[in-house]
This record gives sequence, C-alpha cells and structure tokens, in this order.
Amino acid sequence: MDWGTLQTILGGVNKHSTSIGKIWLTIMFIFRVMILVVAAEEVWGDEQNDFVCNTLQPGCKNVCYDHFFPISHIRLWALQLIFVSTPALLVAMHVAYRRHENKKQLRKGGQTCEYKDIEEIKLQRFPIQGPLWWTYTSSIFFRMIFESLFMYAFYFMYDGFQMPRLVKCNVWPCPNTVDCFVSRPTEKTVFTIFMIAVSAICILLNVAEFCYLLMKVFLKKSRRAASPRHHPNHETKEESKQNEMNELMSGSCQNTVLGLQNS
Amino acid sequence: MSWVFLRDLLSGVNKYSTSIGRIWLAIVFIFRLLVYVVVAEHVWKDEQKEFECNIRQPGCENVCFDHFFPISHIRLWALQLIMVSTPSLLVALHVAYRENREKRHKQKIYKNPGSMDGGLLCTYLISLICKTGFEIGFLVLFYKLYGGFNVPRLVKCDMKPCPNTVDCYISKPTEKKVFLYFALVTSCLCVVLNVSELSYLIFKYTIKCFLKRYDKEVPTLKR
Repeated sequence: MDWGTLQTILGGVNKHSTSIGKIWLTIMFIFRVMILVVAAEEVWGDEQNDFVCNTLQPGCKNVCYDHFFPISHIRLWALQLIFVSTPALLVAMHVAYRRHENKKQLRKGGQTCEYKDIEEIKLQRFPIQGPLWWTYTSSIFFRMIFESLFMYAFYFMYDGFQMPRLVKCNVWPCPNTVDCFVSRPTEKTVFTIFMIAVSAICILLNVAEFCYLLMKVFLKKSRRAASPRHHPNHETKEESKQNEMNELMSGSCQNTVLGLQNS
Repeated sequence: MSWVFLRDLLSGVNKYSTSIGRIWLAIVFIFRLLVYVVVAEHVWKDEQKEFECNIRQPGCENVCFDHFFPISHIRLWALQLIMVSTPSLLVALHVAYRENREKRHKQKIYKNPGSMDGGLLCTYLISLICKTGFEIGFLVLFYKLYGGFNVPRLVKCDMKPCPNTVDCYISKPTEKKVFLYFALVTSCLCVVLNVSELSYLIFKYTIKCFLKRYDKEVPTLKR
C-alpha cells in the first residue's frame, strides 16, 4: 500500500481527462510524487534526530522542535498530494455510475448481445459533456481550492518558504533563549522551493483547464444559437443517447454466461 | 504480508457493495489506509527513542513510556483499520459459498450469486453492524486509554524507579495530535456512512416487502 495505489486510481481517470488534465497527471506523478518519495524523504528522514539545541536540558530539544515544526514539511506535502488527487475520484465514480446504468439498460433492452457489449461498455470512453462536464469542472475547482489552501497553510506555518539554519527557542523547559540548529537547511530550502514551484504550475494548469472547459461550452452554445433551429436541445440529447445504444448493440454477439457473470 | 493483502481483499468486496459501500471503501483506502502507510507511520517512528525524561535514573524513561503509552496510538490505529475492514469479508465469503453450492449441485440455484437478497442481505447488514461496532469500540478505547485525542507536550511521571515526580517530554506532540484528529474525523465519517447504508437498505427492503404483500393482497380483494 503506497503511492502506487493512488497512481492506479488516477490512471483510470486519465482516459476521461482533457489533454491539459493528462499533462497535470504526468506532472503530479513525476515531479511531485516521485520527488517526494525519492528525494525529499531522504532529506527529511532524520529531521528530529539531527535537530540540535545548544543545551543539555532534557526535553528542551523536543519542545523546541515541536514549537518550530508543528507539522513536518514532508507530511504536509504528502497530505496535499492525497487531497489534491481525490477530486479525480468524483469523475471516476461518475464514469462507473454511467457504465452501470448503460449495462442495466442493455440488459433490459436485449438479452442476446450481452458479452461483447459489456466488454465495450467497460472500455467505453465518455466525452466530457452534460452531467460529466459538471462533475469534471467541480473536480478541477476543488483541486484548485485544495492546492491553494495547502500552499497558504505552508506559508502561514513556516513564515515563508525558506528553512532557517538557526532558530532561537525560549519555550519551557529551556532555561533561557537557546540556539537550535536545523539539519540540512539549504537542501530543504531547495526542495521546498521546487515543490512550491511545481504546485504553482499545477494551479496554473488547473486554471487553464477550467477556462478551456468553460470556453468550450460557451462556444458550443453560441454555435447552436447561431445555427438554424431544426433540432431543439432535448431532441439532440435523446438522439445521441440512441446513437450510443445502437453503436453498442451492433457487432457480432457471443452467447456466454461468463460475460454475464463477469459483469 | 502487508497492507497490500488487505487492499486486494477489499477490492474484491467492491463488486458486491452498494454505492454508499463503495464510497466507504474509497474513504477507507485513500483517507485511512494510504494516509496511515505513507504519512502517519513515520510520525510515530522513533517515539520511544525520542521520549525524553529529565532524569538520569536508568529504567525511569522505559517505565514512564510504558505507563503513558500502554499501546501506541499508531498500533491502535492499525488494529482499528484491520478490524473495521474484515467484516466486509463475510460478504465475500457468503458469495463464494453460494457460487460453490451452485458448482456442487451443477445447477443454477440463484438468479445471480452476487445479488443482494435473502441470506446475502442479512450477511451484508450484519457486516455493517459489526463495522460500526468496531469503529465506535475503538474510538471509545482511544478515549479511555488516552483521555481524549490530545497529545500533551509534557507528562509528569512518578513510577518506580523514578526517584520523584519527573518531567517527561513527548516528541512531535502537535503533529501526532493533528493525525489523531484526522483519524477521528475519518472514523466518524465512516460511522455515518455505515449507519446511512444500514438505514437505506432496511428502508428499501421493507418497502419492497410491503409492496409485494400489497400486490398479493389486492388481487384476492378484487376476487
């Protein structure tokens, strides 16, 4: 159980994403998850052990570390990645629901051509229109919100993105103001800036995808308004649904109980 | 043997769940199991080594740590995850039993071995009740053992062989508190989902039964 699970889940959503969405997913996995796992964990590995305070007072180091690092950078990033990836599940659930509805409809419609159709339903790619458009757009919206919230939380907790070399601590039981030294501050600063930069790029990609989806809908509506009104909206929707069903029901049929059982 | 085994077992149960059950499964996988393995385990990694008491008396730190943490938070959390996931296996076992029965008798006994009716519905409801019970049980245990979900910075210890009352400092208390609250919120969310799924199923099948009985009665009345 590790980041591979997240990759499997998000990989399934990739099929139903726009091109910008696919770029976002690639950046997520290569520049964020992989960097987090491969590099950042080594750098932050012994952060409390190597946090040294200029005092022999027992407990002072623990308390100072807790005061200056309430939640470690690495944990915040991991939580950010998990929260930012989960809106994509909304899309995955919507797609699964549509596939389930299609399967039910086909079963009621025709008893003979089931095996091949269910396989086609499983591989079917839904265009981002109608209710799926709303689900997809909401997922992008939530992604942007989570990214911004975590970036703000980071900035707020650590007063910027730089890791200091020395922090002055006077929390009880430290006897006076005590100098505490952070381990590998420059390396940590470099990784922090890198992760923040990639996070900003991801926000920009999300904004671009959001605008692209909005533009697509507005252009479509204006095209429909401009073209002559032979087919009102609800008829084209029904027609396209019927076309979908016809496409799925055409083709050779194989009568196997296995197909029914597998569904 | 690792969490992957549990994940694979639970993925198999996904097929026989309702939509609320699938949402519950997604929450357990992503917000509980994944967060536990990838994030939370590292926070509690060196908890005894970093537990420091203001004393040089040998054995005092060990005894104090054992007194204040009879079972570590992280181990309790892991036990909770395991116990809460396993009732779902009852459903998978029941479906496997049905399929096995069909194979043995070499005829189609059930319309669909995975469809939720009769015995399988009872098994599913029992698994929901067990899941909710375990969730609440572990939350109560957490509360009783640690006096809530708060992790103090400092604990005062006067166990033998510590000579007097000694100050002991817990490592990363704020981070641990954040993750314990996270575990509490996800646990409560799962309880709410289980209770709603239970109510939904009971309501749905009561209405179904009632309608069936009504349909049988109406023709007899007409006669």
